[in-house]
Amino acid sequence: MKRRDFIRSSGMGLGAVIGASIPVLGHAVSIEQMLEPKADAAMKKKLADVALNVAKSKGATYTDVRIGRYLQQYLFTRETRVQNIVNAESYGVGIRVIANGTWGFSATSDVSEAGIAKCAETAVAIAKANSKIQTEPVVLAPQKGVGEVVWKTPIQKNAFQIPIQEKIDLLMKVNGEAMKNGAGFVTSNLFFVNEQKYFASTDGSYIDQDIHRIWPTFTVTAVNKQAGKFKSRDAISSPMGMGYEYLDGLASEKIAGPNGLVGYRNSYDMVEDAITASKQAKEKMTAKSVLPGKYDLVLDPNHLGLTIHESVGHPTELDRVLGYEANYAGTSFATLDKWKTKSFNYGSKQVNIVADKIQPHTLGTVGYDDEGVPCKEWDLIKDGILVNYQATRDQVNILGETASHGCCYADNWNSVQFQRMPNVSLRPGKDKLNVMEMIKGVDKGIYIIGRGSYSIDQQRYNFQFGGQLFYEIKNGEIVGMLDDVAYQSNTQEFWNSCAQICDKDDYRTFGSFFDGKGQPSQVSAVSHGSATTRFNGVNVINTGRNIG
Amino acid sequence: MAILTKEEAKKIIDKVLAFSKADEMSVILTGSRTGNIRYARNTVSTSGESYDLALAVTAVFGKRSGSSTINEFDEQSLEKTVRRAEEIAKLAPENPEYMPMLEPQTYSESPTFVQSTANIDPAYRAQVAFDSIDPCKKKNLTAAGYLEDTTEFVAMGNSKGLFGYNKSTSVDFSVTVRTADGSGSGYVARDFNDTSKLNAKSATEIAMQKAMASVTAKAIEPGKYTVILEPTAALDLIQNMMRSIDARSADEGRSFLSKKGGGTRLGEKLFDERVTIYSDPTHPDIPKAGFDTPRGRAGGGGGGGGGGASGEGRPQEKTIWVDKGVVKNMAYSRYWAQKQGVKGVPSPQGFIMQGGTQSLADLIKSTEKGILVTRFWYIRAVDPQTQLYTGLTRDGTFYIENGQIKFPVKNFRFNESPVIMLNNLEAMGIPTRVNGNMIPPLKIRDFTFTSLSDAV
Repeated sequence: MKRRDFIRSSGMGLGAVIGASIPVLGHAVSIEQMLEPKADAAMKKKLADVALNVAKSKGATYTDVRIGRYLQQYLFTRETRVQNIVNAESYGVGIRVIANGTWGFSATSDVSEAGIAKCAETAVAIAKANSKIQTEPVVLAPQKGVGEVVWKTPIQKNAFQIPIQEKIDLLMKVNGEAMKNGAGFVTSNLFFVNEQKYFASTDGSYIDQDIHRIWPTFTVTAVNKQAGKFKSRDAISSPMGMGYEYLDGLASEKIAGPNGLVGYRNSYDMVEDAITASKQAKEKMTAKSVLPGKYDLVLDPNHLGLTIHESVGHPTELDRVLGYEANYAGTSFATLDKWKTKSFNYGSKQVNIVADKIQPHTLGTVGYDDEGVPCKEWDLIKDGILVNYQATRDQVNILGETASHGCCYADNWNSVQFQRMPNVSLRPGKDKLNVMEMIKGVDKGIYIIGRGSYSIDQQRYNFQFGGQLFYEIKNGEIVGMLDDVAYQSNTQEFWNSCAQICDKDDYRTFGSFFDGKGQPSQVSAVSHGSATTRFNGVNVINTGRNIG
Repeated sequence: MAILTKEEAKKIIDKVLAFSKADEMSVILTGSRTGNIRYARNTVSTSGESYDLALAVTAVFGKRSGSSTINEFDEQSLEKTVRRAEEIAKLAPENPEYMPMLEPQTYSESPTFVQSTANIDPAYRAQVAFDSIDPCKKKNLTAAGYLEDTTEFVAMGNSKGLFGYNKSTSVDFSVTVRTADGSGSGYVARDFNDTSKLNAKSATEIAMQKAMASVTAKAIEPGKYTVILEPTAALDLIQNMMRSIDARSADEGRSFLSKKGGGTRLGEKLFDERVTIYSDPTHPDIPKAGFDTPRGRAGGGGGGGGGGASGEGRPQEKTIWVDKGVVKNMAYSRYWAQKQGVKGVPSPQGFIMQGGTQSLADLIKSTEKGILVTRFWYIRAVDPQTQLYTGLTRDGTFYIENGQIKFPVKNFRFNESPVIMLNNLEAMGIPTRVNGNMIPPLKIRDFTFTSLSDAV
């Protein structure tokens, strides 16, 4: 954890959303520097060939090289002022080899022929040194070289080219409107990431990719000092694999919900959401404290995405299942023996969960993964049955498959690539159904929107989730707002209680921008799509406490 | 080469400051060498080593500031970086909360650097992995562990003549040992400045013992129990609370330290009278730099966030945060301290919770009925108003009856506030170092477990 710089989030802001700190890779640079191109593809190919040739000459049987430039622009504001603007760049080369059946990895910021040759030598030396205590030689699924190819996130507006003042103006408007509408405090942020990655391997692939991600978010807080109470509401935006056009706030991408609530699909109206959020934070101050017990839950996609992430995304990571993450993230209840029965009921018959790295506008979507495998879509849970996992080239053989799923990712050139989660999404229901119609069928329930507190055990059985907004449903109608709500369940029990899923018109994605895994920890970004979904008879607890 | 001496660092910083045309300028120079080895399934999975040396310049005109970073140190590059920081500053928005840079300060010095740790090489790391894997293999157990060692320095200077330098080392080791059938799991973690204090084999043996002893865990009803939290578990909850001890949030009415009707709970007795928590950079077991070291240095510029650790060079001094249960101090940014008209102390870089004289074994012996908790996992804030957190037990949870460990129990989910927990204090043991803090094992009554987990 010490390799990296972290920005400590302040006060009540992002802390609740993504933990205590935000990773920054690389060093501060000017905006002009970020927009200057680095080496062109021909130069990168030449440099990559140095790595491939040197490693081979030193005894490597396989080599891949990633020449990576990682750009980040982060803006932090509160109320009427800009707290911080981060412009950071990280540029270098990571070389991974197999020698004596063992992985070796080395990285350098010296992107010269000499620097790369030395780095390739070191990678081979590390592989050979580690091979002495290696017990399981690496078996790599074959991957035919794809030649020289290019892939770019299909963006309309490159966020890095938008003037910084325009971004500050937007956030100041967000903050101003929030304060006007009842927020005592507001923090707002914009996160932009651009990965320029050149991958080459001894399979004969030379892959040039330009990947963009965006995340606008805020937290508004209403305070009543007299009552000694405060309540917050976070943005219901989603991080996306898009350019600045995500902030256009197109009316056509808004999804109408009950009681005037609005959901956002592939276009976000940040100012509108801030106004709504401020009113809702105030409303939360007087919301009824929930009576604990069993409720039917109606979960909005902006909430359910995190539940999918934690209770399906992580347990179906094959490296976790095998024990590679046992000391940190943990292992998984979804063991190979359960999968082998072909009858393990992960969920009810309605539950179809798909993995992909190809859905438009999502965080997981790229052309090729970080070991040169073309991206695709595959089933994880089909008609409720666990049918597959997420795998990389060196592990997919364990599943009896001969081609990788394309789930290999490194968060930087100096990090070694390993298995990371693709998009994991719940397929929408086939029958026509919107959220208003779904609520009509619920006698005693809670409608939950937004990402709140979340916690799950290291094998992904027992979880507890909160949210941003809770509405009590009685006899098919929303009767008011609730507070102090969290639901606790067991993964298999929960997904088997899935009773109804809205149709594709309600489908949208939720995302996690800084998902952590590995030692040293690496981040990755991943989307989770779903339509509003109903789960019957889930245990709800009251989280209200008194500390005197 | 990544670790510069005080003199080498000062020479570079002075050179940079001489180029300044700004109203104020600060320079932060950092360098590190960090290495790691990771193993799982009783074999090494990854290992590596990396070096970093970087210089960040912050230029200020009025209330506008800008930063630029570089990792080349010839005169031309340094001057270019200064000019760039100045250009960025001129274009930056005014920061109404900007605080003028500090005059020279006096800092305490502590033995944060230990040569044995700086000497760690790949062979040493491989030996640690072997010492941890080998005993597990012999008992048909599976080890997954991680060792990371860091040698680093930080130097800071500004145009008002302030200068600070600190060189430090650290080593962090953790291992999870599981039985071959996955029905038992144990964990241990150690951290030191001096790696000669690390005995990976004996640490691993504790995790092995816990793994074997936790097989065939019984399910017992969730509810309120007396718990003995080992220091690793106790730290997690108390550290979360200590991170929220920010004065500004409290003054703004959005903290557990905010008072009904306005104001803060400073001076109020919030915990059991045996609770005393302080920070001290000269503590022999957790020595720290004598100044507020920079965080988020790639960002620079905007004047930091809400907490006190903005890396502006304020001295870190011995500070009592909680004295006999009474809140004595909260952390201030320089801006907020000035606005409130107080001296204001920065956030601590680690804390010491005073304990008792009993060993963990003594605490168990004196317990009629209770649960021993090795470790918590996936702790998340549920309600910042009450400091309510949820999370789970993991890697060694045992039922105690009549002063003895009777049997392993299935893991629990808890929903508990450290504020409530520190009012339900039964006893404390001898503090030990955990993740750069000193924390005793704690015996707590009425700790709230809300559900069971099948996870091992």
